[in-house]
Amino acid sequence: MLTSEEVKHIALLARIGLTDSEVEKYRNELSGVLDFFHELGELDLSRESVGDGIPVKENDTREDRVAEFVEIGREDILNGVPVRKDGFIKVRSVF
Amino acid sequence: MIRELHEKLKSGTLTAVSLAESYLSRIDERDGEIGAFLSILGEDARKSARFVDEKIARGEEIGLLEGVPGAVKDNMCKVGTRTTAGSKILDGYVSPYDATVIERLSGAGAVILGKTNMDEFAMGSSTESSAYRQTKNPVDPERVPGGSSGGSAAAVADGMAVFALGSDTGGSIRQPASFCGIVGLKPTYGRVSRYGLIAMASSLDQIGPFTQTVEDAAIVFSEIYGYDPMDVTTAESDGKRFEDFLSGDICGLRIGVPKEYLSGGLDDRVRKTFDASVERFRSLGAEIREISLPHAKYALPVYYIIMPSEVSSNLARFDGVRYGMSVDDKTERFSESDTLLETYLDTRGYGFGDEVKRRVMLGTYALSAGYYDAYYKKAQDVRKLIRKDFADAFREVDLVFSPTAPEPAFRFGAKQDDPVGMYLSDIYTVTANLAGIPAISFPMGTVEEEGKRLPVGGQLMGKWFDEETMLRAADAFEKAGADERK
Repeated sequence: MLTSEEVKHIALLARIGLTDSEVEKYRNELSGVLDFFHELGELDLSRESVGDGIPVKENDTREDRVAEFVEIGREDILNGVPVRKDGFIKVRSVF
Repeated sequence: MIRELHEKLKSGTLTAVSLAESYLSRIDERDGEIGAFLSILGEDARKSARFVDEKIARGEEIGLLEGVPGAVKDNMCKVGTRTTAGSKILDGYVSPYDATVIERLSGAGAVILGKTNMDEFAMGSSTESSAYRQTKNPVDPERVPGGSSGGSAAAVADGMAVFALGSDTGGSIRQPASFCGIVGLKPTYGRVSRYGLIAMASSLDQIGPFTQTVEDAAIVFSEIYGYDPMDVTTAESDGKRFEDFLSGDICGLRIGVPKEYLSGGLDDRVRKTFDASVERFRSLGAEIREISLPHAKYALPVYYIIMPSEVSSNLARFDGVRYGMSVDDKTERFSESDTLLETYLDTRGYGFGDEVKRRVMLGTYALSAGYYDAYYKKAQDVRKLIRKDFADAFREVDLVFSPTAPEPAFRFGAKQDDPVGMYLSDIYTVTANLAGIPAISFPMGTVEEEGKRLPVGGQLMGKWFDEETMLRAADAFEKAGADERK
């Protein structure tokens, strides 16, 4: 069973604000799902070869260069931003 | 169905505009009750339909999908339209560009009627986690349509669209197809571009069609697959038109039935329908073989580690800064300070629903320091073993056959307080995503519950990039069923 402190820590890492009652709720639910994972513990992979021999597509790489958005304008993209000021995206200070 | 409409459009006995109008009125009439759509694009639809009629009037050739009305799941971007992915956090977001599938559908002349409801960010098996509305199963309005592409499935099942696109990360096309009694196709990973699809779990997500018939699924799929420079995982198109493979002949085809799938939580009535379907394949000349997928029982835990891990990373972009909503001005607060961190905590705490929070946190946990090896790394290794199970099986058989879901459509609320119970709905479908193989769900019969006949789907899984064999078998099954009813 996860502790409340663990749930709060995960939520902070995940950048999700939780109320105290939510912490308790997710403590129960996440613990239930984690129990469900324990089945994997019984598999000893040290004896198994984990290569499956199935060819996978090689990574494609491309030159890293600026591409022009042809039909998508700067304004169209900025329109999706919740808070703007003087042509910038406005955010709170980091510290 | 698409072929018949195509012939009517070509011969002039039907116009694309009147066809679009009839579907728009059906939506108008029915969608208040069903709740399949999140937005209806009447004007756009009429415009594309007029364009097709003008082409026909000029005597030009039209393609099979031209003028055919369809719908798309609301996690696919269409320029100038709302795209919510079923989440409050994207409320107000308007796509600045078209997803590749939208471009391809438009290029093929399809008429897009609207965008369909879904579980929030495609996380769920009932469409109940949508932040916007409930979608009812047209077969029985007291039951869920399945999920996460429940809106797309309900739209097609209720005759509000000829076809609809969904996305399938662990069964989100196949399970709702099974619940609503229609066909749902998840192509091989890499067949269909994911550019412009709001990502859930990038190594598992794949777009595919819902339709009334197997042939229609083949037609829609033929139009949307192929290489896309904007999605590095897409494979070169091999030029196949999948509807050309539906010969109806499956003599000598080897179909495997995995013994691991037929125990445990499988509903007895579904099992009976499945056994009868195996017999139908046999009577069509297929050779049925029992096979083993030794790591099948690990598929669900592996899926519920890998998927949330990718989810936690993909959904980091919803931060209240770049798009969608920001709750800086809301009164509901989760932290005391007045920094950027607070914007993140508040926006995500308020904007994400329960299931999304659960999965983002699960993934964050699985990837966090000290747990990575035990969860994520182990799950990736077992995923390879699951792939290998299929590679081994496909040396002995051409296709693998199973039920799509362990039970028929359930009632609203039945699994909402039981996350693991909801996850079990995906038990037969997640393996295809983990292995990257194609799979299709098609109606295999009905079971009786509380005086209703509820549809259940059968699932065929095929070799990598061999959708045609799977489609040929499902089509033969469907045709044999139609003959039996005559």
